[in-house]
Order: sequence, then C-alpha cells, then structure tokens
Amino acid sequence: MNTDEILNECTKIFVDQLDNDSITLKRETTAADVEEWDSLSHIQLIVAIEKHFKIRFTTAEIQGFKNVGDMCDTIEKKLNSK
Amino acid sequence: MDFKQIKANLKKDFSGFKTIKVAILADSATQYLTQAIRGMAYEKKLNIEVWEAEYDAIDITVSDADSELYSFKPDFTIIFLSPYKLKKKFYKNGSSSDFAENSVEHLKQISSTVSSHMNTNFLVFNVPDAFDAIFGNFSGKVTSSFSYQQKKMNMELMNWAQNDAAVSLVDLCGLQALHGAMNTFDSRLYINSDVIFNFDFIITVADNLIQVIEAFSGFAKKCLILDLDNTLWGGIIGDDGIDNIQIGDLGIGKAFTEIQLWAKALKERGIILAVCSKNDEANAKEPFEKHPDMVLHTDDIAVFVANWSNKNDNIKYIQSVLNIGFDSMVFIDDNPFERNIVRTYLPDVCVPELPEDPSEYLTYLNKLNLFETNAYTDEDKERTLLYKAEALRNSASLSYTSEVDFLKSLDMVCETKSFNSFTIPRVAQLTQRSNQFNLRTKRYTDEDVKRMNGDHDKYHTFSFTLADKYGSHGLIGMIILEKKDDGDLFVDTWIMSCRVLKRGMEQFMLNEIMEYARKHKIDNIAGEYIETKKNGMVRNHYKSLGFTAKGGLWYGDVNSYQPKTCYIRNSN
Repeated sequence: MNTDEILNECTKIFVDQLDNDSITLKRETTAADVEEWDSLSHIQLIVAIEKHFKIRFTTAEIQGFKNVGDMCDTIEKKLNSK
Repeated sequence: MDFKQIKANLKKDFSGFKTIKVAILADSATQYLTQAIRGMAYEKKLNIEVWEAEYDAIDITVSDADSELYSFKPDFTIIFLSPYKLKKKFYKNGSSSDFAENSVEHLKQISSTVSSHMNTNFLVFNVPDAFDAIFGNFSGKVTSSFSYQQKKMNMELMNWAQNDAAVSLVDLCGLQALHGAMNTFDSRLYINSDVIFNFDFIITVADNLIQVIEAFSGFAKKCLILDLDNTLWGGIIGDDGIDNIQIGDLGIGKAFTEIQLWAKALKERGIILAVCSKNDEANAKEPFEKHPDMVLHTDDIAVFVANWSNKNDNIKYIQSVLNIGFDSMVFIDDNPFERNIVRTYLPDVCVPELPEDPSEYLTYLNKLNLFETNAYTDEDKERTLLYKAEALRNSASLSYTSEVDFLKSLDMVCETKSFNSFTIPRVAQLTQRSNQFNLRTKRYTDEDVKRMNGDHDKYHTFSFTLADKYGSHGLIGMIILEKKDDGDLFVDTWIMSCRVLKRGMEQFMLNEIMEYARKHKIDNIAGEYIETKKNGMVRNHYKSLGFTAKGGLWYGDVNSYQPKTCYIRNSN
C-alpha cells in the first residue's frame, strides 16, 4: 500500500468515525482543520485506524504526529515491516 | 454495537422518551462513558441526561453547596473510583492494612454529604480484581497486599450497600471477569488520557449501568417461559421417550442440567417459571415427575402449557393467568421459527437469540443479565407458591355459580397497617414495579417511602395484606394519603397487585381510608388518575367507586359515604 492509498483509507475512517462526508484528508491536515476532531474523538480515531490496519502505535508515536502526513508515514512504515 | 454507532445516537431525537438524570462523580476521565450512557440509553428509549463533575474533583464537588450537582438534582449519582488511583493511593500511603475500611469510609462520607443536600440513588462501582504481581499468589496471606485490600474493599462495599437502601453497587469486578481484564483495558488510553476502559468495554459498562437504572423504573423481568425439547433437555420427549432424553452429568446432558439449575436459582430468587411447549401434556410432564436427573419439578412451574397451539397464543394465555405485562416476560426456545413467531406477534416479550450449540446457552444467557433487580424481599422467595395458589383459586371459582358465593367461600382476611420497617422494602418495590393497578405511577425508593412515612403531619400510609383459605397473598396493596392545605386528603399513591383483582379489595381499601378520614374529621378525599401506557385498567377506578369529577381530580365525600359491601374481614 502506498502513501496515497493509506491517506485514502484514513479519509474513509475519519468520515465513518466522525460521521461527516465532507472530510477529505491531505498530508498537511491537522486537528484544527476538522471540526469534529477534538481530543476526545482523537483517541477514537487512533483506535479505529489501528484496528483497520492491524497495527499498534506507541504512545510516543501518537504524541509525535504533527499532521496527517506524519501519521500516514508511520502507518506505512509499520505495514512495510510486517 | 460499537462506540461509533452509540455516539451517532447522540444526534438523534430523544423527545418522547422518559427522562432520567444521572450525575457522574469520578476520578478518571469519563467523557466517553458519558457519551456511551446517553447513546446506549437511546437504544432503550430512555432520555438519560448526564451531568459530569469536573475531572478528579469528587470531594470539592460534593462539599460545595452551590455545586451544579445540587441544582441538577440527579435521580442517580454514580460514584466511580478508578482502580488505578486506588492502587496508587494504596502504595503512596505505605500499604496500610486498613486501606479498605478507610476507602469505604471515604465513600460513605461522600454519599452522606450529598444526601444532606438532596435525595438521590447512589450507584457505586466496586473494584475489579487484579492479579497482584508484587506478592504474586502469596498475596492472600498478606493483609497489607493490594490484592487483599481490594477484595476486602468489595466486601465492605457490599456490607455498606446492604445497610443503606440509597446505595446500589455496580459490579464492575464481575463484569470485568466476564469479559476478561485483558479485553477491557488499553494501557495507552489510560496513560495518555486517564481513560481506564477500552471503547468496547465502555459500551458494556454503560449498558450494565442502564440495566441497574432500569430496574428502578418498573422495567424488571418477572417471568421466564421455557420451551422443553432441546431447551430444558436434549432430544424430543414425544419421539425419544423418557429413557432417551439427554439430561444429567453425561455428554450434552450437562448443558441442559446447567440451564435447569439456572432456572431453578431464578425461581428461588422470585422469578416465575412457566413452560410453553409443543407436546402432549402427559408426555411433557413425565420427565418432571419421573426423570431422576431433572432439576426442575412440576412444583417449580407456576403455569405449565403443553399443547399444539401456536406459542404466541400460549404465551398470551400464560400472561392472562399471571396478570403481568408482556414486557416483563422472557421466552427461551432453541427453535428460531418459534422465537420469530413470538417476536412477531408479541414484540414486548424478550426473546434472546440462543446460540446453536446448547453448551453455549448458559454463557450466552449470563452475558445478557436478563433479570436485573433492585430489591429482594421475602415475598420474592414465595412467589411461585403464590401463583400456584392462584391457579387453585381459579379452578375453584368455576365450581361456584355466583361470584358472591365464591368470594364468601374464600374466607378472606386483610390486615391494614401503617408502613413499618418490615414493610417499607416491599412497599417501595410495589411503587417501582406496579404498572397496571397504579393510579399515578409515582416511583419511590426505600428512602422516599421512609421519609413520607415519618412525616406524620403530612402523610398517612396504609399497607394491605390479604390471606384466604388457599394461602397468603402477602402485601398486595398500598395507599399513601397526603394532607392538603385545603383540608382534603389527596391520594398520592394507590397501588394494588393484579393478583387480587376481583376480590373486592378496592372496596375494602376505600372503606378503610374513608373510615380514617371520618375519624380525622376530613370532608373530602381527592384522587387523581395519571394515564400511562399500562394503567388503562384503572381509568374508571374513582368513577366506579362513586367519586365525582371536578377540575381534573376525583372527589369522594366522606360524610355521606356508605361502606361498600365486600367479603373481606378486617384482622384488626
């Protein structure tokens, strides 16, 4: 799976979890750009992404994400090392 | 249901649902739990409004008289201490061996502070078991181990709840054991956000909490209806015969023995058992009477129906004999076809989808926790006996040509009393569970009833028992009268058990309160009917007792009242 595909999958998860069709994630997207993405729903999103890709982030990784691109890179890295 | 679906419910329309207010006092992050409770409540057609105290501010919140907690006036107040915070406190304070006592004492202080400001029911979480990796398996021998103190704390909590009617426990420990601690916890959620359950388990906890809350609101299940072939025993009695059905300690028979033990334990607790089976009656009854491995016997079954009619019709019949609501019945049947017929024609009856393999029946049923309750009284233990006596009465009534002759033959005696410490639990239970013969459907807790009963200037209370030659019905009726400023007596509550319909009990009760009013020089008794979905049977209650309507209320004139004829003797 390449980075674009991962970004696509993540968009689907965000749309589904946050119940909002208008969300389109870009690599630069941050929580400030998506209305429903607050600290509460953040954990919900992380758990859903982990389930979907069958991966597990470490606490340090979660805290290190500056934007969606960072997160996608980490997902890609984990998928490749499987 | 997953968390996302539950959360989506929050945007839906709750109007028309019964509103229940719940406050959460916790020392961990409970935002998800709050969302889950409200979202899950939607599934059960309840509008649960949740107020959350500030994070980890229980003591400050309850000691502040101006706290929103007190203006919110919750029906239920959840007190949820994080097991991780408890553990931290335990080790910080040097592993003391009076930790459990002190912790419960602290909880008692919280509840008594809250109680000094308002009336509420406390829902207190107990503490999940944890494998102690400090002392390991040795911890049981060390009173100052966390494991020992945690278990002791749960004991102390139970002792507290047994002695304080306002306190109910939420068995988090049992729930976590059922689901497995490893499946309920996400250490990263805990470390990052102080959320101590994962999303799946948050839903489970919310569901369980709502079950406890529902038990306070007249939603309790009262009757378990059982199919026979391949539900209570393996095989088909009509085809296989008594020697070949599977029950007992061998093979798959064990699974059916366990189901029967479960049903028997429920019966001992006060759940009425009924049988509904497609069989010839003689065949169906034979194992109950003759098979040595049967746990259930005919005595355990209040209504036994075995014939070839549709199950929905037979359940209707069972309902008419027992006189309880369809929504208080659970029907267990291994056959998907029968389950669906009952679901289609009697949508209020709870029909669990059984697993295909009988060895999984009980695990599945346990998980559903179908028979949550908020009370257990002496009456509960005797319930099947009461309903069996009722069946005898019914058959006797057929042998009399006139109703009056039948009623006279019963030799009925009633004892009328003010509530006292023995009757208060049963009286409160009646207010919570009675739906049909209930004029205003006011639900009261033990504490509420105690308070009203103690306020002699304002309230006068009556409890009624009824016995006849077939046995005792127990406490079957209650009235709470409230003195109004205009000098009238207002009937705040009038409840009667449907077990004693058509015995002249209403007339007897009216005679008693009229007599009381006359003695106290009161001119009028005012009554009110508040309609619900279920109390249609008392729509004309006051009218038929000769009251006159005025401004939405019904008035009975004490001075011109002539005692009604009835065939019930007063034991006093």
